[in-house]
Amino acid sequence: MVLVLAIGDLNIPHRAPDLPPKFKSMLVPGKIQHIICTGNLCIKEVHDYFKTLCPDLHITRGEYDEDSRYPENKTLTIGQFKLGICHGHQVIPWGDLDSLAMVQRQLDVDILVTGHTHQFKAYKHEGGVVINPGSATGAYSSFTYDVNPSFVLMDIDGLRVVVYVYELIDGEVKVDKIDFKKTATAPSAH
Amino acid sequence: MLNGTEDEEKWLAEGIAGIQHNAFYMHRALDSNNLREALKYSAQMLSELRTSKLSPHKYYELYMRAFDELKRLELFFKDDSKHGVSVVDLYELVQHAGNILPRLYLLCTVGSIYIKSKEAPAKEVLKDLVEMCRGVQHPIRGLFLRSYLAQISRDKLPDIGSEYEGDADTVMDAVDFVLQNFTEMNKLWVRMQHQGPGGVREKREKERSELQDLVGKNLHVLSQIEGVDLEMYKETVLPRVLEQVVNCKDDLAQYYLMDCIIQVFPDEYHLQTLETLLGACPQLQPTVDVKTVLSRLMDRLSNYAASSADVLPEFLQVEAFSKLSNAIGKVIEAQLDMPAVGAITLYVSLLTFTLRVHPDRLDHVDQVLGACVKKLSNIPKLEDSRAMKQVVALLSAPLEKYNDIVTALTLSNYPRVMDHLDIGTNKLMAMVIIQSIMKNNSCISTADKVEVLFKLIKGLIKDIDGADVDELEEEDFKEEQNSVARLIHMLYNDEPEEMLKIICIVRKHTMVGGPKRLPFTVSSLVFSALRLLRQLQGQEGDIVGEEASMTPNKIFQLLTQIIESLSAVPSPELALRLYLQCAEAANGCDIEHVAYEFFTQAFLLYEEEIADSKAQVTAIHLIIGTLQRMNVFGVENRDTLTHKATGYSARLLKKADQCRAVYACSHLFWVDDQDGIKDGERVLLCLKRALRIANAAQQMANVARGSGGPVSLFVEILNKYIYFFEKGNKQITSSAIQGLIELINTEMQSDSTNPDSVADAFLASTLRYIQFQKQKGGVMGEKFESIKL
Repeated sequence: MVLVLAIGDLNIPHRAPDLPPKFKSMLVPGKIQHIICTGNLCIKEVHDYFKTLCPDLHITRGEYDEDSRYPENKTLTIGQFKLGICHGHQVIPWGDLDSLAMVQRQLDVDILVTGHTHQFKAYKHEGGVVINPGSATGAYSSFTYDVNPSFVLMDIDGLRVVVYVYELIDGEVKVDKIDFKKTATAPSAH
Repeated sequence: MLNGTEDEEKWLAEGIAGIQHNAFYMHRALDSNNLREALKYSAQMLSELRTSKLSPHKYYELYMRAFDELKRLELFFKDDSKHGVSVVDLYELVQHAGNILPRLYLLCTVGSIYIKSKEAPAKEVLKDLVEMCRGVQHPIRGLFLRSYLAQISRDKLPDIGSEYEGDADTVMDAVDFVLQNFTEMNKLWVRMQHQGPGGVREKREKERSELQDLVGKNLHVLSQIEGVDLEMYKETVLPRVLEQVVNCKDDLAQYYLMDCIIQVFPDEYHLQTLETLLGACPQLQPTVDVKTVLSRLMDRLSNYAASSADVLPEFLQVEAFSKLSNAIGKVIEAQLDMPAVGAITLYVSLLTFTLRVHPDRLDHVDQVLGACVKKLSNIPKLEDSRAMKQVVALLSAPLEKYNDIVTALTLSNYPRVMDHLDIGTNKLMAMVIIQSIMKNNSCISTADKVEVLFKLIKGLIKDIDGADVDELEEEDFKEEQNSVARLIHMLYNDEPEEMLKIICIVRKHTMVGGPKRLPFTVSSLVFSALRLLRQLQGQEGDIVGEEASMTPNKIFQLLTQIIESLSAVPSPELALRLYLQCAEAANGCDIEHVAYEFFTQAFLLYEEEIADSKAQVTAIHLIIGTLQRMNVFGVENRDTLTHKATGYSARLLKKADQCRAVYACSHLFWVDDQDGIKDGERVLLCLKRALRIANAAQQMANVARGSGGPVSLFVEILNKYIYFFEKGNKQITSSAIQGLIELINTEMQSDSTNPDSVADAFLASTLRYIQFQKQKGGVMGEKFESIKL
């Protein structure tokens, strides 16, 4: 069991002051093995905070990030899965799942983690799975008027990944889960 | 010095030897019931205590030896069957001892038995003893003697309910006795300060402090006397103790005894005698640390208040706060050279007190702050860092107590205190305030509170005269400004009118921040305003047209002005992003000309200000991405902007970037909505253009490096062909796709010396996708069927 936190688009301090307190109390150090961050943190304080949760931190660049040295995209292997990260402002049309699928093919990964739209998505297509953890702070987004703070926790176990999405709705944290299984050639959803 | 201690050790050893020697003989006398001999040897033994050579610490050791022996003697005295002398006669007999000190020790010992025998009223014996002890005026010897008297008389005081109470003996007598012993002991103790060689003052004070508990013990005894109720404490005990405390005019004694009174007597009593107790404070020596005394008193009373809610009305009834407040004022006035840190520490204690006892009385809090302001105004420039720390403590206390900055913002004196801080401390305090807001997730929701808040944190918002911004470390400066940026999101009201006011106030304050601060604060302000716009949109249905002050256009004007200020920094990349956000917002409000204007500004910045190639790539993608989502534009405007976008895309520096930007532009001509543009031809034109660029890139790579270039570009373009093919763009044919696939294969094979595994995998998965679509069956399957692999 490997826990991977997928989180991003906090947009601190431009659009939001801080993570919601209920999220902060859930995210404790030592429980998570990897953090994947889609970008738009935007400041060093957030980077340092993530580092305290887990030293294995992977970040890609969002268009408002203070640190311009984050890469445009990144790939890594966790267990049996190849994961790719890309903020998504580079992929036009924004939020378009087919265009994102192309990026997934290009990076040759099973799971593509992306952001920018502040909308949670977990979408399975022929080539793999696209996950958008949404905005962890519920920051302003031009895509939707209704942004609930959210983040994703992936539990990677062999050929199976369970995606838990945590959403703060009306002050309460709601959890949902989706199962994905990888076959020899491609993942399929349950 | 070493010699001194060595000598003392020697004398102590000699003294102890002397005691032991005489005790030996005394025991023999006791065993043989020989009173005469017992008296003789006990007197000799006690003579060892006549020494002046020992320090209090060592004298105590000697005293304890003697004390143990006296206990045995007392047992012997008590049993008149052993020596046959009545206690009355014994009392007279011991007075024949040669030297006064042994005489008095023996007298006290017998006196103890005398009282026990009840042959005379306790009061008379006690009075006799306490007066007789006057015969010893040497401080150390006298103190120990009287301590002995206190010790043995302790359980024989005519207290209420004690066996020694009677018609002739009352509690008052007991109290009188203890008070007199206390008074005499204090006098002796004070005299120590002035006697002896003009040695080191520190040494003397150390010796005195070793003896302080002997004096203090009397107060303990008083507190333990049952008959000393509030009435007696108020009328007799406290006044007389305080009289001695004040009159002795000794700072060591005064400090110790004031503190002792506070610690030893019940808090209930202190509340009821507050005026008297406090009245003594200004009369104390100026060198006495009266602020600590008062602080400890307030601490005790605070704890008392916290112990039970029943107690609180008492506090109100005795007007504790105002009495303490007045007392502190008097002390500060009286001690003109009290340093600032002392006065402020007192105010901190008083504030803590009122926050504990009367948390709802904000007027008290404001009053304390006001008194502090007054004190600070009299100081030309406060430079003491400890005093500064105390002021910070003073200002932080209400924040911590109320957990709600809004409460602190209502205190009229709060900003006035802050004004007296030096710039560095002012900023520190401003950060404390912001952190308190963030920690408590507080929301400040009215314009006037926001105004007060921003005045409080003005040290962070702009350069204050005399401050050197460069002095601050960059890290710290960033932290400061990011805190202000975060703070802006804590200011919110769901009434649009009020929210606009808040935004205007924040803008007013932050716009003068200067080029270093603007990049931090402008973004927060812009997004705040964008949120307000949404609020307004949400309410649109209800507004009855009278709200001319608040229209989306007004807010867009405000936004423009705010973003324009970034040109002073200059921050073109940020400004471009913000203009594009505004364009999307204008799109959402369906205001075409405003959206167009924002795009114009964005393009102008791109053309004139953004020169870095990497920045250009991101910027052009942001422009394309935003434009792709616009549905408010009419054909003309859309065309102009699209043309610009594609033009700039093709003119990026690197071929690969050009290619990608151009094929991104293809999406400008195809929007998947119901009414979206679907210009298949122009899509294809874009893709073909991208292909040409990719080809050129290939050729350049061949020439420059003699090897293949980015095959990946072709695969990307292929994917775009497939995308539009799938969406139903008639201009894109399956043969075109096939041709492209062949082209890619050719390129890859021709460059077998330099295999590009990434591009290989990409092509493979693309082909897999085509296969997958074929196998889907239905409409999609048919479509893809035409692509031959």
